[in-house]
Formats: sequence, C-alpha cells, structure tokens
Amino acid sequence: MSFETIISILENNWPMFLRGAYITLAIAIISTILGTVIGFFIGNMHTTPVRKKSLKSVFLKVFNFILTCYVEVFRGTPMIVQAMVVFYGLASYGLELDRFLAALVVVGLNTGAYMAEIVRGGIISIDKGQYEAAQAIGMSHFQTMFYVVLPQVGRNILPATGNQLVMNIKDTAVLNVISVTELYYQTKSVAGANFKFAESFFIACVIYLIMTFTTTRILRLMEKKLDGPDAYNMAVNIRGRGEQKI
Amino acid sequence: MTNVIEIQNLRKSFGSHEVLRDVNFNVKKGEVVCLIGSSGSGKSTLLRCINLLEKPSGGNIIYKGENILDKKHNIEKYRTHLGMVFQQFNLFNNLDVLNNCVVGQQKVLKRNKQESTDKAMKFLEVVGMAQYKNAKPRQLSGGQKQRVAIARALAMDPDVMLFDEPTSALDPEMVGEVLKVIRLLAEQGNTMLIVTHEMEFAREVADRIVFMDQGVIVEEGQPEHVLVNPKHERTKEFLKRTLR
Repeated sequence: MSFETIISILENNWPMFLRGAYITLAIAIISTILGTVIGFFIGNMHTTPVRKKSLKSVFLKVFNFILTCYVEVFRGTPMIVQAMVVFYGLASYGLELDRFLAALVVVGLNTGAYMAEIVRGGIISIDKGQYEAAQAIGMSHFQTMFYVVLPQVGRNILPATGNQLVMNIKDTAVLNVISVTELYYQTKSVAGANFKFAESFFIACVIYLIMTFTTTRILRLMEKKLDGPDAYNMAVNIRGRGEQKI
Repeated sequence: MTNVIEIQNLRKSFGSHEVLRDVNFNVKKGEVVCLIGSSGSGKSTLLRCINLLEKPSGGNIIYKGENILDKKHNIEKYRTHLGMVFQQFNLFNNLDVLNNCVVGQQKVLKRNKQESTDKAMKFLEVVGMAQYKNAKPRQLSGGQKQRVAIARALAMDPDVMLFDEPTSALDPEMVGEVLKVIRLLAEQGNTMLIVTHEMEFAREVADRIVFMDQGVIVEEGQPEHVLVNPKHERTKEFLKRTLR
C-alpha cells in the first residue's frame, strides 16, 4: 500500500467515490429523518393514556401490539437480511422497487424501530410537573404533547438521534447486497477494476470517517445552539426586540 | 357573596390509604383562604382534587352551580377557570418567559398573538419579571421562576387562583419576593386558595384559615380565631409545633 497508488486511484476514480459518498449520505440522512418520524409516532402511541375498558382502549391495545411486533422484528434481525427480504420479497410479488427507494425503506424502518424506544424513553423521562402544568391551564393531551413535551423530548434525544445517523452512515454499506450504489459498492467496483483492494478501501475508510466525524461535530453545535447560554443576558432587552443571541 | 367553588363530601384514597374523608367547604368570590396543616394531612391533595389533577374517589365539586364531576362536563374548559401555582414551579422548560405566559392563552383560549402578548406582559409587569421576558426557565432563580408561574396562571384570567405550597421549594431569601406578589394579588381582590406553611403570611393575608388533619377539616374561621384562639386540641398542638 503506497501513497502514490492511493493518489492515482483517487485521480482516476474520484467521481465514483464522490457519487458513492453522496448516495450513502443521502440514504443515511433521509432514512434517519423517516425513522425519527416513525419513532415519534410509535413513542406517542405507546404513551397515550386512555380510560380503561373503553372501545378506544381496545383499539389502541391492538394497534400498539402490531407496532410492538414491528419494533421487535426490525430490532431483532440483521439489516442485511431485512434488505434481502424486502427487496427480493417484494420483487417476487412483481413489485420491483427502485433500489434507492428500497434502501430508504429498509434503513428507515430499521431506524424507526430503534427510535421508537428512544422516543418512548424520552417521553417518560419528562418531569410529571410539565404535564400537570399544561393540564392545569386547560391543555388537552394532544396540546400538552405538541407544545410542551415533544419539543423537550426532541432536544433530549438529539444525542441518541445523532448516534443513529452515524450508525446509518456506516451501516448503509450492507445495502451493497441489493446493489445500491453507495460508497461501499462503488469502492468494490473500483477495487475490482484495478485490483488494489487495500488502497481503495483505505480511501473509503477515510471518506466514511470524514462523514461521521463531521456529522458528530455538527450535531454537537446544534445542541449548543439549542441550549443557549446558562445565564440570562439582560442587554438583549435594551438592544431591542428579537431573540436572545450570543 | 356567592360561592365560586363548593366542595361536598369529597373523598380521595390512594389504594387503601384514605387521604381525604368527607371534606366539605366553600370558596366565596374575592375570598383568600389559607389551608394549613402538617404534611400528609391532605391539604395538597384537596387542592389537586379541585382542578382534577387527582381524580376524587367520591363527593361533588360544584363550580358556579355545576357539578364538574359529571361525566359530560368539559374538564379542560373548567381548568382554564382555575389558575394553578405549583411547589416546583413547573414552568415549560422549552419556552421562554413570555411564551410560558402566552401559550395557554393562544392555544387554549384561542386569543390572538397581540392580545395574549399584551396580557402576558401586563402580568409579568405585576410580578416584576417583565425585563426577563426572553429568558429560559433554566436561566432563572427559584423565586423568579415562581413569579413567572404566577403570571402564567394569571394571564388565563382565572376565577380562582390555587397555590400549592408556593414557597416551600424556595431559598429563604426568595420566599419574600413571592409572598409579596401573592399579597399584592390579595389586595387586588383575587379569589385565592393557598396551601402554605408560612403561618405569619397566612395570618396576614387570609380572610379565612382552614386547618386540616388526617384528611378532614378540623377547624376553620378567621385567622385570629384559628391561629390565636384555636378551639380544637389538634389545632393547638399543630400551632405549638409550628409557631415557635
């Protein structure tokens, strides 16, 4: 493995690497967003209080059971297997999914299963006083969740969500089994053409690391930005209207 | 004077533990009532039953002539008529001071943005927190949080203000600033029901003192009667322990 070889591989194949990195990042980001939406939905369903022995409670119980099955199946099986089952399974019924779309479905559903538990944990960790205060001013359960609880949950689970995103960036590599042209797949093609496996995959390694490291940093910055300063700066009122900066 | 809230034969038990047994009492319009008693006597539970944060096990709660424990009664609407101030403040952590006072007005009472902001600022002015309107709860001290919580409750224009030990979680130096606000509200003629351990304050601000022990109202009356010349043995004992 030499430095010159790496440079020459890069010079000859950089569009492929770039395209692979782009697909990887696109799948990771979109499916993390998709998974977070699923997670919020399921987390909410699992924490909705209902009066016992009403028709609504029976319906909710059945529905929650189905959701639990989904979570267990997707958490309990390898994503590489899920990819095969979803893609070839649907194909056998004549539904030929676009490979990129199939990738989004698989990674999205997988992330959703993990996020469901993360969101549920986030919801039950919110202080009971927040619910009571919201109820006391007459908010319904939906309003309480939407205006008070979920914004706090979103902030609190941001680190866990970031972790999912980082994992997704790396785990999209398994999608090469259904021929999604993400970074690993592209690297394999490059290496297969020039027979420089070590060098090619070393390049992939660096690209993965850049993507994950940048993601982590950006998320950390977002957390800081969301939290704002610890002390209140009275000067903002003198400067005039608008949000508190600094 | 008319009764705003009438409580009849109210009972509440947690499992086999009876916290309230057969409580009867009324709050009149413009009246300031202080609930006193040792911890575990059921005074906080009584307050929480009134705005249905705890579901009573039996009895009636009549608000302006309507029994709010009727199944068909709209609990959310009823709660907007009661302003609740908690021991632990419970400001909405995701919202700044102004929005803490605005969100309920906008989303529950459906007031427009201008109106609710004006109203919020008016009450933040009253509690002396207007210059902190853009602060987040975690940037405030306990006393400041509690004053914002009072403004938040007032902004809903409630008929009755309920205070659940508003100063118990505060440092001694901050108790004063909160009591000052409550005193001001009393002077303005607000109807208030206050659970408190501050005997001096209760005596000064209350029109009526209610002493509770073991889930029942033992004695009630004017502050001078209950606090200075209590009739019941249990009241005397409690006051001996607290007024030292």
